Amino acid sequence: MEMKPLTRVILGLVCLLVAIWLVAPTLVVVPMSFNENKSLAFPPQGFSWQWYQNFFTNPDWSSSFLNSLKVASVVAVLATVLGTLAAFGLDRMKAGPASLLRMLMLTPMVVPGVVLAIGIYAVYLDTHLVGTMLGFVLAHTILALPFVLIAVSASLEVFDRRLETAAASLGAGALTAFRTVTLPLILPGMLSGLLFAFATSFDEIVVSLFIANPYLKTLPVQIFSSITRDADPTVAAVGTILLFATTILIGGGMLLLGRERKGRP
Amino acid sequence: MSAHEPTTPSAPKRAGWAWRPFALTLPALVLLAAVIGYPLLTIVLRSLSEPQWGAQNYVWFFGAPINLTVLQRTFTISAWVTIVCVICAYPYAYLMTAVGPRVRLVLVLCVLIPFWVSGVVRTLSWVILLQDSGVINSLLRAAGFDGIRLIRTQTGVVIGMAQVLLPFMILPLYSVMKGIDLRLMRAAQSLGARPSRAFFTVYLPLSLPGVYAGAIIVFILALGFYITPALLGGPRSTMLSTLVQTQVLSLLQWGRGGAMGVVLLVTTFVLLALAAPVMRSRYREAGRS
Repeated sequence: MEMKPLTRVILGLVCLLVAIWLVAPTLVVVPMSFNENKSLAFPPQGFSWQWYQNFFTNPDWSSSFLNSLKVASVVAVLATVLGTLAAFGLDRMKAGPASLLRMLMLTPMVVPGVVLAIGIYAVYLDTHLVGTMLGFVLAHTILALPFVLIAVSASLEVFDRRLETAAASLGAGALTAFRTVTLPLILPGMLSGLLFAFATSFDEIVVSLFIANPYLKTLPVQIFSSITRDADPTVAAVGTILLFATTILIGGGMLLLGRERKGRP
Repeated sequence: MSAHEPTTPSAPKRAGWAWRPFALTLPALVLLAAVIGYPLLTIVLRSLSEPQWGAQNYVWFFGAPINLTVLQRTFTISAWVTIVCVICAYPYAYLMTAVGPRVRLVLVLCVLIPFWVSGVVRTLSWVILLQDSGVINSLLRAAGFDGIRLIRTQTGVVIGMAQVLLPFMILPLYSVMKGIDLRLMRAAQSLGARPSRAFFTVYLPLSLPGVYAGAIIVFILALGFYITPALLGGPRSTMLSTLVQTQVLSLLQWGRGGAMGVVLLVTTFVLLALAAPVMRSRYREAGRS
Protein backbone atom coordinates (compact mmCIF):
# COMPACT_ATOMS: atom_id res chain seq x y z
CA MET A 1 0.00 0.00 0.00
CA GLU A 2 1.21 3.50 -0.76
CA MET A 3 2.33 5.34 2.35
CA LYS A 4 3.48 8.85 3.01
CA PRO A 5 7.14 8.98 4.08
CA LEU A 6 6.09 10.25 7.52
CA THR A 7 3.72 7.31 8.04
CA ARG A 8 6.49 4.97 7.01
CA VAL A 9 8.96 6.45 9.51
CA ILE A 10 6.42 6.27 12.35
CA LEU A 11 5.53 2.68 11.47
CA GLY A 12 9.20 1.73 11.42
CA LEU A 13 9.84 3.38 14.79
CA VAL A 14 6.82 1.75 16.44
CA CYS A 15 7.89 -1.65 15.17
CA LEU A 16 11.45 -1.09 16.33
CA LEU A 17 10.14 -0.35 19.83
CA VAL A 18 7.95 -3.46 19.77
CA ALA A 19 10.91 -5.56 18.61
CA ILE A 20 13.08 -4.19 21.43
CA TRP A 21 10.28 -4.87 23.91
CA LEU A 22 10.09 -8.45 22.64
CA VAL A 23 13.78 -9.22 22.59
CA ALA A 24 15.43 -7.10 25.30
CA PRO A 25 14.02 -9.01 28.29
CA THR A 26 15.40 -12.20 26.78
CA LEU A 27 18.90 -10.76 26.76
CA VAL A 28 18.88 -9.03 30.13
CA VAL A 29 19.89 -12.25 31.89
CA VAL A 30 23.19 -12.44 29.99
CA PRO A 31 24.97 -9.50 31.71
CA MET A 32 23.27 -10.35 35.02
CA SER A 33 24.82 -13.82 35.02
CA PHE A 34 28.37 -12.41 35.32
CA ASN A 35 27.51 -10.29 38.35
CA GLU A 36 30.15 -10.21 41.08
CA ASN A 37 27.68 -9.48 43.87
CA LYS A 38 24.88 -11.69 45.01
CA SER A 39 22.19 -9.36 43.76
CA LEU A 40 19.92 -8.94 40.79
CA ALA A 41 20.28 -5.15 40.68
CA PHE A 42 20.80 -3.78 37.19
CA PRO A 43 23.41 -2.83 35.97
CA PRO A 44 25.55 -5.71 37.32
CA GLN A 45 28.88 -5.02 39.05
CA GLY A 46 32.23 -6.54 38.08
CA PHE A 47 32.75 -9.87 36.38
CA SER A 48 32.77 -13.43 37.64
CA TRP A 49 31.97 -16.96 36.62
CA GLN A 50 30.87 -18.00 40.12
CA TRP A 51 27.18 -18.37 39.25
CA TYR A 52 27.97 -20.76 36.43
CA GLN A 53 30.18 -22.70 38.83
CA ASN A 54 27.36 -22.72 41.33
CA PHE A 55 24.97 -24.10 38.73
CA PHE A 56 27.20 -27.05 37.92
CA THR A 57 28.36 -27.80 41.46
CA ASN A 58 25.32 -27.06 43.64
CA PRO A 59 23.27 -30.29 43.75
CA ASP A 60 20.00 -28.33 43.99
CA TRP A 61 20.61 -26.90 40.55
CA SER A 62 22.38 -29.75 38.81
CA SER A 63 19.93 -32.41 39.98
CA SER A 64 16.89 -30.37 38.97
CA PHE A 65 18.50 -29.79 35.58
CA LEU A 66 19.11 -33.53 35.14
CA ASN A 67 15.55 -34.28 36.24
CA SER A 68 14.22 -31.87 33.64
CA LEU A 69 16.36 -33.48 30.94
CA LYS A 70 15.20 -36.97 31.91
CA VAL A 71 11.52 -36.09 32.14
CA ALA A 72 11.58 -34.07 28.91
CA SER A 73 13.32 -36.87 26.97
CA VAL A 74 10.82 -39.51 28.04
CA VAL A 75 7.91 -37.12 27.47
CA ALA A 76 9.17 -36.22 24.00
CA VAL A 77 9.24 -39.88 22.92
CA LEU A 78 6.00 -40.86 24.64
CA ALA A 79 4.04 -37.83 23.41
CA THR A 80 5.36 -38.32 19.87
CA VAL A 81 4.30 -41.98 19.79
CA LEU A 82 0.85 -41.33 21.28
CA GLY A 83 0.34 -38.16 19.25
CA THR A 84 1.35 -39.79 15.97
CA LEU A 85 -0.93 -42.77 16.55
CA ALA A 86 -3.80 -40.44 17.43
CA ALA A 87 -3.14 -38.21 14.41
CA PHE A 88 -3.28 -41.29 12.16
CA GLY A 89 -6.49 -42.46 13.76
CA LEU A 90 -8.14 -39.05 13.38
CA ASP A 91 -6.93 -38.79 9.80
CA ARG A 92 -8.63 -42.06 8.88
CA MET A 93 -11.84 -41.42 10.79
CA LYS A 94 -15.11 -39.91 9.61
CA ALA A 95 -15.03 -36.12 9.77
CA GLY A 96 -17.63 -35.77 12.53
CA PRO A 97 -16.17 -37.96 15.27
CA ALA A 98 -12.67 -36.93 14.19
CA SER A 99 -13.26 -33.23 14.83
CA LEU A 100 -14.93 -33.98 18.17
CA LEU A 101 -12.04 -36.16 19.32
CA ARG A 102 -9.50 -33.66 18.02
CA MET A 103 -11.15 -30.90 20.06
CA LEU A 104 -11.05 -33.15 23.11
CA MET A 105 -7.37 -33.85 22.63
CA LEU A 106 -6.56 -30.15 22.28
CA THR A 107 -8.22 -29.22 25.60
CA PRO A 108 -4.94 -29.39 27.56
CA MET A 109 -3.93 -26.24 25.66
CA VAL A 110 -6.86 -24.15 26.89
CA VAL A 111 -7.52 -25.43 30.40
CA PRO A 112 -6.11 -22.75 32.74
CA GLY A 113 -2.83 -24.01 34.20
CA VAL A 114 -3.74 -23.64 37.85
CA VAL A 115 -7.07 -25.45 37.50
CA LEU A 116 -5.36 -28.39 35.88
CA ALA A 117 -2.58 -28.20 38.45
CA ILE A 118 -4.87 -28.48 41.50
CA GLY A 119 -6.79 -31.30 39.81
CA ILE A 120 -3.68 -33.30 39.03
CA TYR A 121 -2.31 -32.50 42.50
CA ALA A 122 -5.48 -33.84 44.12
CA VAL A 123 -5.32 -37.08 42.13
CA TYR A 124 -1.56 -37.45 42.68
CA LEU A 125 -1.97 -37.05 46.44
CA ASP A 126 -4.37 -39.97 46.42
CA THR A 127 -2.21 -42.14 44.17
CA HIS A 128 1.16 -41.18 45.74
CA LEU A 129 2.49 -39.74 42.50
CA VAL A 130 3.59 -36.37 43.96
CA GLY A 131 7.32 -35.95 43.54
CA THR A 132 7.77 -38.98 41.28
CA MET A 133 9.23 -39.26 37.80
CA LEU A 134 6.13 -41.11 36.64
CA GLY A 135 3.94 -38.27 37.87
CA PHE A 136 5.93 -35.67 35.97
CA VAL A 137 6.06 -37.79 32.81
CA LEU A 138 2.30 -38.43 32.76
CA ALA A 139 1.35 -34.80 33.39
CA HIS A 140 3.83 -33.38 30.90
CA THR A 141 2.96 -35.93 28.23
CA ILE A 142 -0.67 -34.90 28.21
CA LEU A 143 0.35 -31.21 28.04
CA ALA A 144 2.72 -31.92 25.13
CA LEU A 145 0.30 -34.15 23.22
CA PRO A 146 -1.62 -31.33 21.46
CA PHE A 147 1.58 -29.97 19.92
CA VAL A 148 2.51 -33.36 18.46
CA LEU A 149 -1.04 -33.87 17.24
CA ILE A 150 -1.04 -30.50 15.46
CA ALA A 151 2.39 -31.05 13.89
CA VAL A 152 1.74 -34.60 12.66
CA SER A 153 -1.81 -33.80 11.51
CA ALA A 154 -0.43 -30.95 9.42
CA SER A 155 1.98 -33.27 7.62
CA LEU A 156 -0.73 -35.93 7.19
CA GLU A 157 -2.97 -33.36 5.57
CA VAL A 158 -0.56 -32.94 2.67
CA PHE A 159 0.27 -36.64 2.56
CA ASP A 160 -1.16 -38.33 -0.52
CA ARG A 161 -2.77 -41.53 0.73
CA ARG A 162 -2.72 -43.05 -2.76
CA LEU A 163 1.02 -43.56 -2.21
CA GLU A 164 0.15 -46.18 0.40
CA THR A 165 -2.29 -47.81 -2.00
CA ALA A 166 0.42 -47.79 -4.66
CA ALA A 167 2.85 -49.47 -2.29
CA ALA A 168 0.23 -52.06 -1.37
CA SER A 169 -0.56 -52.74 -5.01
CA LEU A 170 3.14 -53.40 -5.57
CA GLY A 171 2.96 -56.06 -2.89
CA ALA A 172 4.04 -54.24 0.26
CA GLY A 173 2.34 -55.25 3.48
CA ALA A 174 0.77 -52.57 5.62
CA LEU A 175 3.82 -52.42 7.87
CA THR A 176 6.31 -52.24 4.98
CA ALA A 177 4.23 -49.58 3.24
CA PHE A 178 4.13 -47.57 6.45
CA ARG A 179 7.84 -47.90 7.09
CA THR A 180 9.09 -47.21 3.57
CA VAL A 181 6.48 -44.76 2.26
CA THR A 182 4.43 -43.08 4.96
CA LEU A 183 7.00 -42.72 7.72
CA PRO A 184 9.69 -40.89 5.70
CA LEU A 185 7.08 -38.43 4.43
CA ILE A 186 5.61 -37.54 7.80
CA LEU A 187 8.96 -37.66 9.61
CA PRO A 188 9.45 -33.85 9.55
CA GLY A 189 6.08 -33.40 11.27
CA MET A 190 6.95 -36.02 13.87
CA LEU A 191 10.34 -34.43 14.49
CA SER A 192 8.89 -30.98 15.03
CA GLY A 193 6.29 -32.56 17.31
CA LEU A 194 9.10 -34.26 19.23
CA LEU A 195 10.92 -30.96 19.61
CA PHE A 196 7.79 -29.13 20.76
CA ALA A 197 7.02 -31.90 23.23
CA PHE A 198 10.52 -31.72 24.67
CA ALA A 199 10.35 -27.95 24.95
CA THR A 200 6.87 -28.06 26.52
CA SER A 201 8.00 -30.48 29.19
CA PHE A 202 11.32 -28.75 29.80
CA ASP A 203 9.55 -25.41 30.23
CA GLU A 204 6.43 -26.51 32.13
CA ILE A 205 6.09 -24.73 35.44
CA VAL A 206 2.53 -24.40 36.78
CA VAL A 207 1.61 -28.09 37.10
CA SER A 208 5.21 -28.91 38.03
CA LEU A 209 5.10 -26.47 40.97
CA PHE A 210 2.25 -28.46 42.47
CA ILE A 211 3.50 -31.98 41.84
CA ALA A 212 7.15 -31.38 42.79
CA ASN A 213 8.48 -32.05 46.26
CA PRO A 214 11.82 -31.21 47.90
CA TYR A 215 13.28 -34.52 46.70
CA LEU A 216 12.25 -34.28 43.09
CA LYS A 217 11.84 -31.01 41.25
CA THR A 218 12.42 -29.86 37.71
CA LEU A 219 14.53 -26.90 36.62
CA PRO A 220 11.66 -24.37 36.22
CA VAL A 221 10.48 -25.22 39.74
CA GLN A 222 13.98 -24.66 41.08
CA ILE A 223 14.21 -21.36 39.17
CA PHE A 224 10.84 -20.23 40.52
CA SER A 225 11.64 -21.05 44.10
CA SER A 226 15.03 -19.40 43.76
CA ILE A 227 13.42 -16.18 42.46
CA THR A 228 10.87 -16.10 45.24
CA ARG A 229 13.43 -16.95 47.94
CA ASP A 230 16.35 -14.62 47.29
CA ALA A 231 18.17 -12.64 44.60
CA ASP A 232 20.49 -15.41 43.44
CA PRO A 233 22.17 -14.60 40.09
CA THR A 234 22.51 -18.36 39.41
CA VAL A 235 19.07 -17.98 37.85
CA ALA A 236 20.54 -15.56 35.34
CA ALA A 237 23.36 -18.01 34.58
CA VAL A 238 20.80 -20.77 33.96
CA GLY A 239 18.80 -18.45 31.72
CA THR A 240 21.94 -17.61 29.73
CA ILE A 241 22.91 -21.29 29.34
CA LEU A 242 19.39 -22.15 28.16
CA LEU A 243 19.40 -19.21 25.75
CA PHE A 244 22.65 -20.31 24.15
CA ALA A 245 21.69 -23.98 24.08
CA THR A 246 18.42 -23.21 22.30
CA THR A 247 20.10 -20.81 19.91
CA ILE A 248 22.62 -23.48 18.92
CA LEU A 249 19.90 -26.15 18.60
CA ILE A 250 17.59 -23.96 16.53
CA GLY A 251 20.46 -22.59 14.45
CA GLY A 252 21.66 -26.12 13.75
CA GLY A 253 18.14 -27.26 12.96
CA MET A 254 17.62 -24.41 10.51
CA LEU A 255 20.92 -25.18 8.78
CA LEU A 256 20.01 -28.87 8.50
CA LEU A 257 16.54 -28.05 7.22
CA GLY A 258 17.93 -25.59 4.68
CA ARG A 259 20.41 -28.18 3.41
CA GLU A 260 17.71 -30.83 3.21
CA ARG A 261 15.46 -28.54 1.24
CA LYS A 262 18.26 -27.70 -1.17
CA GLY A 263 19.12 -31.38 -1.52
CA ARG A 264 15.60 -32.28 -2.57
CA PRO A 265 15.05 -32.70 -6.31
CA MET B 1 0.86 -49.52 13.72
CA SER B 2 -0.10 -52.84 12.28
CA ALA B 3 1.04 -55.04 15.10
CA HIS B 4 -2.48 -56.42 15.25
CA GLU B 5 -2.63 -57.08 11.55
CA PRO B 6 -4.96 -60.04 11.19
CA THR B 7 -3.57 -62.79 9.00
CA THR B 8 -7.02 -63.75 7.78
CA PRO B 9 -8.13 -63.15 4.18
CA SER B 10 -9.17 -59.71 3.01
CA ALA B 11 -12.87 -59.65 3.87
CA PRO B 12 -12.64 -59.64 7.67
CA LYS B 13 -9.58 -57.40 7.37
CA ARG B 14 -11.69 -54.72 5.72
CA ALA B 15 -14.32 -55.06 8.40
CA GLY B 16 -11.57 -54.41 10.93
CA TRP B 17 -10.78 -51.04 9.37
CA ALA B 18 -13.84 -49.39 10.88
CA TRP B 19 -12.62 -49.69 14.45
CA ARG B 20 -8.93 -49.41 13.76
CA PRO B 21 -8.73 -45.60 13.48
CA PHE B 22 -10.45 -45.33 16.84
CA ALA B 23 -8.09 -47.92 18.32
CA LEU B 24 -5.16 -45.74 17.24
CA THR B 25 -6.50 -42.78 19.19
CA LEU B 26 -7.28 -44.93 22.22
CA PRO B 27 -3.92 -44.67 24.06
CA ALA B 28 -4.03 -40.88 23.87
CA LEU B 29 -7.67 -40.82 24.94
CA VAL B 30 -7.02 -43.07 27.93
CA LEU B 31 -4.18 -40.85 29.10
CA LEU B 32 -6.36 -37.78 28.48
CA ALA B 33 -9.14 -39.23 30.59
CA ALA B 34 -6.74 -40.17 33.38
CA VAL B 35 -4.63 -37.02 33.55
CA ILE B 36 -7.11 -34.32 32.43
CA GLY B 37 -10.63 -35.71 32.70
CA TYR B 38 -10.42 -37.41 36.06
CA PRO B 39 -8.56 -34.54 37.80
CA LEU B 40 -11.01 -31.93 36.50
CA LEU B 41 -13.91 -34.12 37.60
CA THR B 42 -12.29 -34.43 41.03
CA ILE B 43 -12.11 -30.64 41.31
CA VAL B 44 -15.75 -30.20 40.30
CA LEU B 45 -16.83 -32.85 42.82
CA ARG B 46 -14.73 -31.38 45.61
CA SER B 47 -16.13 -27.91 44.96
CA LEU B 48 -19.60 -29.37 45.49
CA SER B 49 -18.85 -31.76 48.34
CA GLU B 50 -16.35 -30.17 50.72
CA PRO B 51 -16.98 -29.71 53.59
CA GLN B 52 -20.46 -31.04 52.79
CA TRP B 53 -22.59 -31.57 49.70
CA GLY B 54 -24.13 -28.42 48.29
CA ALA B 55 -23.37 -25.17 46.51
CA GLN B 56 -21.92 -23.49 49.63
CA ASN B 57 -18.52 -22.87 48.04
CA TYR B 58 -20.08 -21.07 45.08
CA VAL B 59 -22.34 -19.08 47.41
CA TRP B 60 -19.22 -18.13 49.37
CA PHE B 61 -17.30 -17.22 46.19
CA PHE B 62 -19.95 -14.93 44.76
CA GLY B 63 -20.83 -13.57 48.20
CA ALA B 64 -17.41 -12.35 49.30
CA PRO B 65 -16.55 -8.89 47.91
CA ILE B 66 -12.81 -9.69 47.87
CA ASN B 67 -13.40 -12.59 45.47
CA LEU B 68 -15.51 -10.47 43.18
CA THR B 69 -12.84 -7.77 43.23
CA VAL B 70 -10.23 -10.32 42.17
CA LEU B 71 -12.53 -11.79 39.53
CA GLN B 72 -13.18 -8.35 38.11
CA ARG B 73 -9.48 -7.51 38.27
CA THR B 74 -8.62 -10.72 36.42
CA PHE B 75 -10.93 -9.62 33.61
CA THR B 76 -9.63 -6.04 33.67
CA ILE B 77 -5.98 -7.09 33.52
CA SER B 78 -6.70 -9.59 30.73
CA ALA B 79 -8.59 -6.91 28.80
CA TRP B 80 -5.71 -4.45 29.17
CA VAL B 81 -3.21 -7.09 28.09
CA THR B 82 -5.36 -7.84 25.04
CA ILE B 83 -5.65 -4.14 24.14
CA VAL B 84 -1.90 -3.58 24.51
CA CYS B 85 -1.24 -6.66 22.37
CA VAL B 86 -3.61 -5.54 19.60
CA ILE B 87 -2.11 -2.05 19.51
CA CYS B 88 1.48 -3.32 19.40
CA ALA B 89 0.89 -6.33 17.16
CA TYR B 90 -1.12 -4.60 14.44
CA PRO B 91 1.60 -2.32 13.02
CA TYR B 92 4.20 -5.05 13.61
CA ALA B 93 2.27 -7.71 11.71
CA TYR B 94 1.53 -5.21 8.96
CA LEU B 95 5.21 -4.37 8.61
CA MET B 96 5.94 -8.11 8.33
CA THR B 97 3.80 -8.26 5.21
CA ALA B 98 5.23 -5.08 3.71
CA VAL B 99 8.99 -5.70 3.87
CA GLY B 100 11.37 -7.87 1.87
CA PRO B 101 12.21 -11.46 2.87
CA ARG B 102 15.40 -10.54 4.74
CA VAL B 103 13.84 -7.94 7.02
CA ARG B 104 10.85 -10.25 7.47
CA LEU B 105 13.16 -13.00 8.73
CA VAL B 106 14.56 -10.58 11.32
CA LEU B 107 11.04 -9.56 12.37
CA VAL B 108 9.94 -13.21 12.66
CA LEU B 109 13.04 -14.00 14.72
CA CYS B 110 12.21 -11.14 17.10
CA VAL B 111 8.80 -12.74 17.65
CA LEU B 112 10.24 -16.21 18.20
CA ILE B 113 13.29 -15.37 20.33
CA PRO B 114 11.21 -14.86 23.51
CA PHE B 115 10.19 -18.52 23.20
CA TRP B 116 13.85 -19.57 23.34
CA VAL B 117 14.22 -18.98 27.03
CA SER B 118 11.91 -20.57 29.51
CA GLY B 119 8.86 -18.65 30.66
CA VAL B 120 10.11 -18.40 34.22
CA VAL B 121 13.40 -16.87 33.13
CA ARG B 122 11.54 -14.33 31.02
CA THR B 123 9.51 -13.29 34.02
CA LEU B 124 12.72 -13.01 36.02
CA SER B 125 13.98 -10.59 33.36
CA TRP B 126 10.91 -8.46 33.94
CA VAL B 127 11.52 -8.50 37.68
CA ILE B 128 15.03 -7.20 36.98
CA LEU B 129 13.85 -4.56 34.52
CA LEU B 130 10.86 -3.31 36.46
CA GLN B 131 12.25 -3.26 40.00
CA ASP B 132 12.39 0.11 41.73
CA SER B 133 16.11 0.47 41.05
CA GLY B 134 15.70 -1.07 37.58
CA VAL B 135 16.52 0.26 34.13
CA ILE B 136 13.05 1.45 33.28
CA ASN B 137 12.60 3.36 36.50
CA SER B 138 16.05 4.94 36.09
CA LEU B 139 15.11 6.07 32.58
CA LEU B 140 11.80 7.42 33.82
CA ARG B 141 13.53 9.26 36.63
CA ALA B 142 16.03 10.76 34.17
CA ALA B 143 13.08 11.92 32.07
CA GLY B 144 11.59 13.61 35.09
CA PHE B 145 8.95 11.05 36.07
CA ASP B 146 9.85 10.32 39.64
CA GLY B 147 8.22 7.90 41.99
CA ILE B 148 6.51 5.70 39.42
CA ARG B 149 6.25 2.18 40.77
CA LEU B 150 6.08 -0.66 38.28
CA ILE B 151 6.86 -3.83 40.11
CA ARG B 152 4.09 -5.18 42.30
CA THR B 153 1.58 -3.00 40.48
CA GLN B 154 -1.07 -3.76 37.93
CA THR B 155 0.85 -1.81 35.26
CA GLY B 156 3.90 -3.99 35.79
CA VAL B 157 1.83 -7.14 35.50
CA VAL B 158 0.22 -5.91 32.27
CA ILE B 159 3.62 -5.00 30.76
CA GLY B 160 5.10 -8.40 31.57
CA MET B 161 2.06 -10.42 30.50
CA ALA B 162 1.61 -8.51 27.25
CA GLN B 163 5.22 -9.20 26.29
CA VAL B 164 4.77 -12.91 26.94
CA LEU B 165 1.50 -13.05 24.99
CA LEU B 166 2.38 -10.71 22.10
CA PRO B 167 3.54 -13.52 19.77
CA PHE B 168 0.10 -15.16 20.09
CA MET B 169 -1.36 -11.93 18.72
CA ILE B 170 1.23 -11.23 16.03
CA LEU B 171 1.22 -14.68 14.41
CA PRO B 172 -2.54 -15.03 13.66
CA LEU B 173 -2.68 -11.37 12.59
CA TYR B 174 0.22 -11.90 10.22
CA SER B 175 -1.31 -15.02 8.71
CA VAL B 176 -4.52 -13.10 7.93
CA MET B 177 -2.77 -9.96 6.69
CA LYS B 178 -0.54 -12.04 4.43
CA GLY B 179 -3.65 -13.12 2.53
CA ILE B 180 -5.02 -9.62 1.96
CA ASP B 181 -4.73 -8.55 -1.65
CA LEU B 182 -2.94 -5.20 -1.56
CA ARG B 183 -4.29 -4.37 -5.03
CA LEU B 184 -7.61 -3.70 -3.31
CA MET B 185 -5.98 -0.76 -1.52
CA ARG B 186 -4.56 0.52 -4.77
CA ALA B 187 -7.98 0.16 -6.35
CA ALA B 188 -9.56 2.18 -3.55
CA GLN B 189 -6.93 4.88 -3.93
CA SER B 190 -7.28 5.00 -7.69
CA LEU B 191 -10.97 5.63 -7.11
CA GLY B 192 -10.02 8.72 -5.10
CA ALA B 193 -9.79 7.46 -1.52
CA ARG B 194 -7.03 8.99 0.55
CA PRO B 195 -4.59 6.42 2.01
CA SER B 196 -6.12 6.72 5.50
CA ARG B 197 -9.63 6.25 4.13
CA ALA B 198 -8.55 3.30 2.01
CA PHE B 199 -6.99 1.80 5.13
CA PHE B 200 -10.08 2.20 7.31
CA THR B 201 -12.64 1.09 4.72
CA VAL B 202 -10.71 -1.67 2.97
CA TYR B 203 -7.67 -2.97 4.85
CA LEU B 204 -8.89 -2.79 8.43
CA PRO B 205 -12.13 -4.75 7.89
CA LEU B 206 -10.24 -7.42 5.97
CA SER B 207 -7.71 -7.82 8.76
CA LEU B 208 -10.30 -8.00 11.56
CA PRO B 209 -10.54 -11.84 11.54
CA GLY B 210 -6.88 -11.92 12.56
CA VAL B 211 -7.54 -9.38 15.31
CA TYR B 212 -10.46 -11.45 16.64
CA ALA B 213 -8.51 -14.69 16.55
CA GLY B 214 -5.47 -13.22 18.26
CA ALA B 215 -7.50 -11.27 20.82
CA ILE B 216 -9.49 -14.33 21.87
CA ILE B 217 -6.34 -16.44 22.27
CA VAL B 218 -4.55 -13.72 24.23
CA PHE B 219 -7.55 -12.98 26.47
CA ILE B 220 -8.15 -16.63 27.31
CA LEU B 221 -4.48 -17.32 28.02
CA ALA B 222 -4.29 -14.14 30.12
CA LEU B 223 -7.26 -15.19 32.28
CA GLY B 224 -5.37 -18.26 33.47
CA PHE B 225 -1.98 -16.61 33.97
CA TYR B 226 -0.28 -17.61 37.15
CA ILE B 227 3.49 -17.20 37.08
CA THR B 228 3.78 -13.62 35.84
CA PRO B 229 1.25 -12.10 38.27
CA ALA B 230 2.75 -14.16 41.08
CA LEU B 231 6.26 -12.79 40.48
CA LEU B 232 5.54 -9.30 39.13
CA GLY B 233 2.39 -8.51 41.01
CA GLY B 234 1.67 -7.53 44.57
CA PRO B 235 -1.31 -7.99 46.86
CA ARG B 236 -3.21 -5.35 44.91
CA SER B 237 -2.77 -7.11 41.58
CA THR B 238 -3.66 -10.66 42.61
CA MET B 239 -5.40 -12.61 39.89
CA LEU B 240 -7.79 -15.52 40.19
CA SER B 241 -5.11 -18.18 39.65
CA THR B 242 -3.12 -16.98 42.65
CA LEU B 243 -6.26 -17.06 44.78
CA VAL B 244 -6.93 -20.65 43.74
CA GLN B 245 -3.38 -21.60 44.66
CA THR B 246 -3.64 -19.88 48.08
CA GLN B 247 -6.91 -21.63 48.91
CA VAL B 248 -5.57 -25.05 48.01
CA LEU B 249 -1.91 -24.98 49.10
CA SER B 250 -1.94 -22.55 52.03
CA LEU B 251 -5.44 -22.86 53.44
CA LEU B 252 -6.14 -26.45 52.34
CA GLN B 253 -9.63 -25.31 51.37
CA TRP B 254 -10.10 -27.71 48.47
CA GLY B 255 -13.78 -26.92 48.18
CA ARG B 256 -13.32 -23.16 47.89
CA GLY B 257 -10.23 -23.41 45.70
CA GLY B 258 -12.05 -25.93 43.52
CA ALA B 259 -15.07 -23.65 43.15
CA MET B 260 -12.79 -20.81 42.02
CA GLY B 261 -11.07 -23.14 39.59
CA VAL B 262 -14.42 -24.23 38.18
CA VAL B 263 -15.45 -20.58 37.73
CA LEU B 264 -12.21 -19.93 35.83
CA LEU B 265 -12.62 -23.10 33.77
CA VAL B 266 -16.25 -22.42 32.86
CA THR B 267 -15.46 -18.81 31.94
CA THR B 268 -12.71 -20.00 29.63
CA PHE B 269 -14.91 -22.56 27.88
CA VAL B 270 -17.86 -20.16 27.56
CA LEU B 271 -15.57 -17.60 25.94
CA LEU B 272 -14.18 -20.24 23.58
CA ALA B 273 -17.67 -21.41 22.67
CA LEU B 274 -18.81 -17.82 22.05
CA ALA B 275 -15.74 -17.05 19.97
CA ALA B 276 -15.65 -20.18 17.85
CA PRO B 277 -18.63 -19.45 15.54
CA VAL B 278 -17.74 -15.75 15.24
CA MET B 279 -14.19 -16.58 14.30
CA ARG B 280 -15.23 -19.28 11.87
CA SER B 281 -17.69 -17.07 10.00
CA ARG B 282 -15.24 -14.16 9.90
CA TYR B 283 -12.59 -16.43 8.46
CA ARG B 284 -15.03 -17.60 5.82
CA GLU B 285 -15.92 -14.01 4.94
CA ALA B 286 -12.25 -13.14 4.62
CA GLY B 287 -11.74 -16.14 2.40
CA ARG B 288 -14.59 -15.13 0.13
CA SER B 289 -13.57 -11.51 -0.36
